[in-house]
Amino acid sequence: MKTNPDTLPRYTAAERVNHWLVAFTFFLMTLSGLVFFQPLYVPLNQLFGGGVWARILHPFFGVAMIVFFGGMYVRFRQLCAMTLTDREWLTHVRDMVNGDDRNMPESGKLNGGQKLLFWLLVACMVLLVLSGIVIWRAYFSFLFPVGLVRFAAVVHAAAGAVMMALIIGHIYLAIWTRESMGAMLYGRVRKAWAKQHHPAWFREMTGGSK
Amino acid sequence: MALQSLDITRCSATTTPSPSQRQTQEVAKLIDVTKCIGCKACQVACMEWNDTRDAIGTNHGVLDNPMDLTEASWTVMRYSEVETDRGLEWLIRKDGCMHCGNPGCLKACPAPGAIVQYSNGIVDFHEENCIGCGYCITGCPFNIPRLSKKDSKVYKCTLCSDRVAAGLEPACVKTCPTGAIVFGTKEAILHHAEGRIADLKERGYANAGIYNPQGVDGTHVIYVLHHADKPEMYSGLPDNPSIGPMVELWKGAAKPLASLGLAAVGVGAFFHYVTKGPNEVSEEIEKEVEDENKS
Repeated sequence: MKTNPDTLPRYTAAERVNHWLVAFTFFLMTLSGLVFFQPLYVPLNQLFGGGVWARILHPFFGVAMIVFFGGMYVRFRQLCAMTLTDREWLTHVRDMVNGDDRNMPESGKLNGGQKLLFWLLVACMVLLVLSGIVIWRAYFSFLFPVGLVRFAAVVHAAAGAVMMALIIGHIYLAIWTRESMGAMLYGRVRKAWAKQHHPAWFREMTGGSK
Repeated sequence: MALQSLDITRCSATTTPSPSQRQTQEVAKLIDVTKCIGCKACQVACMEWNDTRDAIGTNHGVLDNPMDLTEASWTVMRYSEVETDRGLEWLIRKDGCMHCGNPGCLKACPAPGAIVQYSNGIVDFHEENCIGCGYCITGCPFNIPRLSKKDSKVYKCTLCSDRVAAGLEPACVKTCPTGAIVFGTKEAILHHAEGRIADLKERGYANAGIYNPQGVDGTHVIYVLHHADKPEMYSGLPDNPSIGPMVELWKGAAKPLASLGLAAVGVGAFFHYVTKGPNEVSEEIEKEVEDENKS
């Protein structure tokens, strides 16, 4: 495959595979987890072979997700370190949402919003894993006092709901920002796209030209 | 559906009304601990009628046997020796499902129809609908349901709903040799209990009383206690049991609101797109990059 000279490499193949493994397990987690969230979603258990199977599988999907998400954490934690520019970017986020990016501080490879999403997802994952262990009745719940199990059930549901909201936002922003999906699918983005959305990164990649 | 003769007032993970045209009379089982001699005939009768056989355990040097409720032992006698103002007292309590007016297990259960409450007040598990998550254990204020290792279903006292449906009293009631366990309509049982309390007070038990905790909207298994002011003395019978704020939050309005919130995020995103349009590369930058490439 010939590389288009008008494009820049954004994510490596390993990063992309890791991202999509997390995405797939996230959907498995969400669809099987909603079964226990509210009666409204009970029919989703049919995707997994019924309620008992959803109950059996959900925590094991979780184990897979911890592994894959752990990989994402290792790969992206340094890239996602918040800088002063990122904080500045976040204070202007309202302009961005209104479609006016003229006054946005120049973002690097990832902008403040993307980094914030990363850390919020990390926080949700930590809460989900810890509370998930406590409410995994087949293997662990008997180790904990019932008060803690009740608390963990609330934490698990709340962190799950927040994570779903974050991912809905993440997917929407990937659709809203045209061409950004290509970065995670093929790994490359057009130079013009990079200059528009990540000007500091664009300069870095093109050797400091304006 | 099992036991159609018993009409249903509540059904787990079901938000619409269950068949409830008929209103049967509320029933109750009274356990008068002051009359109990700890013979365990009720445990035997329970296993016999329900055809459950617990594993043979080990001797722990106490009368309690088995030591705890299990998926096969739906009722156990709990023995405690306590010092009261009357000296050393030996308190015996038959433990098992209390059949709460507002059952925490049913509230917590995410499997439709796995837990039902009949209009007579009995709370019953329908194991064929149980998914084995153990949320009922999390929701129960009395620590009653037990998850079977064999089939990952939960089990507990049914108050012999099958016998009651056929007009019989529960097996434990039938067998009790001292009349410590009595069964009838809740009204009649409460009336009977009042007579017992009056009798006990006369005999010097000033704090004798009925245990029918209002924190769970009353129960359909009611105790007569000689020390109703200190139920904990009876092997940890909770003083003021309730479903509790965590389970209420977990199973209350929070989740429907969260669902609405998630829908709002999705719909909001769609309308953002419709009103603001996509975030595209500006023509200005396209041109700049094009020029740079040429040079």
